Amino acid sequence: MALAFRGALRSVARRLQVRSYADAPKGDEMALTFAAGNKVFYDKKVVKQVDVPSMSGAFGILPKHVPTLAVLRPGIVTVTENDGKVSKIFVSSGTVTVNDDSSVQVLAEEAHPLENLDRSAAQEALSKAQSELNSAANEKAKAQAAIAVEVAEEIVKAASG
Amino acid sequence: MLGRAAPGVCQVVALANQQQNRNMATLKAISIRLKSVKNIQKITQSMKMVSAAKYTRAERDLKAARPYGEGAVQFYERAEVAPPEDDPKQLYIAMTSDRGLCGAVHTGVSKVIRTRLSEPGAENIKVICVGDKSRGILQRLYGKHIISVCNEIGRLPPTFNDACKIASAILESGYEFASGKIIYNKFRSVVSYQQSDLPLFSQKAVENAPKLATYDSLDADVIQSYMEFSLASMLFYALKEGACSEQSSRMTAMDNASKNAGEMIDKLTLTFNRTRQAVITRELIEIISGAAALD
Repeated sequence: MALAFRGALRSVARRLQVRSYADAPKGDEMALTFAAGNKVFYDKKVVKQVDVPSMSGAFGILPKHVPTLAVLRPGIVTVTENDGKVSKIFVSSGTVTVNDDSSVQVLAEEAHPLENLDRSAAQEALSKAQSELNSAANEKAKAQAAIAVEVAEEIVKAASG
Repeated sequence: MLGRAAPGVCQVVALANQQQNRNMATLKAISIRLKSVKNIQKITQSMKMVSAAKYTRAERDLKAARPYGEGAVQFYERAEVAPPEDDPKQLYIAMTSDRGLCGAVHTGVSKVIRTRLSEPGAENIKVICVGDKSRGILQRLYGKHIISVCNEIGRLPPTFNDACKIASAILESGYEFASGKIIYNKFRSVVSYQQSDLPLFSQKAVENAPKLATYDSLDADVIQSYMEFSLASMLFYALKEGACSEQSSRMTAMDNASKNAGEMIDKLTLTFNRTRQAVITRELIEIISGAAALD
């Protein structure tokens, strides 16, 4: 009885140990912070790879990536976790920062997991945005509508793909 | 107001020197006062309940916003961006709200800015007030430093949209600051918050940062968009922290107010009963002595 208990205790302790090791970023590990205005997806979690769509083209980030700044464009951020689990999250806009300590911050204005997107609603939003673009009176409204169209197009693409 | 009314009644009637009437009047005055204090207690109690509910929500939101705010500041820390020494133009943003009755949340933020403005070199500092309260406090003495004011803050939980509006107002204000600070209340626990600041920099300051060279593939466009977005995220984070501190502080303030009102009610009830008994005793004495005189 006591032995079994000790055994269980040890296995718990080992699991705790393993977890703390995985959480603390080491030299060649990448700590990802992925947050949006509505939700936090990752908070300083060590992951294997992050693929982000940026204004200057999509790129993948692996540990020890050269430090950089980029501005996100609407699209899918793909995060590959250490255990190989892949999660795809749609972002509308935001920034990505890779720092010299290999930490990565992805800050999005709004982000949702891909499975939460509804294709028909996205289609509707797209057609609404397109009609707004056509009826836009001034430059500013036109630019805003163009952005709405771009986001809606990407959502449709992401939801159907 | 009511506190003043009660002794006033006593004085006027005392002059008329009518013992009986005086007691009756005080009795009436005390009961009016008692009633109003009870009503005030009801109000403060329900305000406490409301802010407790709002606080729970604000705290939940804040948990989600914390990594966001930390992430936004990280780059400036990592790249060791420093305010330029040759350009003294500064911008201070006071993050308060429109609503009062919440302890010293707004005064704390305004005090930080007021202290800075009373120091030498203040002529290069401009202030943007987010929320009517900070404007109310700063306007009289430092009105010429304020360049714009945002209101309608604090009624509803802050959203990213609000932060975007404030950010674009700052960018479109035409004031080219070299550095600055967002002064806000950082929430620590239900009973404590602390004034903190987030740094603001101009694009030039970022471009001159010593460690910016380690960052790859940067052009002015990317930096500009990046900074505009990070300004909005920092404001969003500061709004969330401020909202949470405000609600928690209002909760404490209203709790104290209800307690004080309770104490007041106890004292007033005691005086009320004493006076009532005194009136009865006096009437009895009068009746008995009247009857005794007839015998």
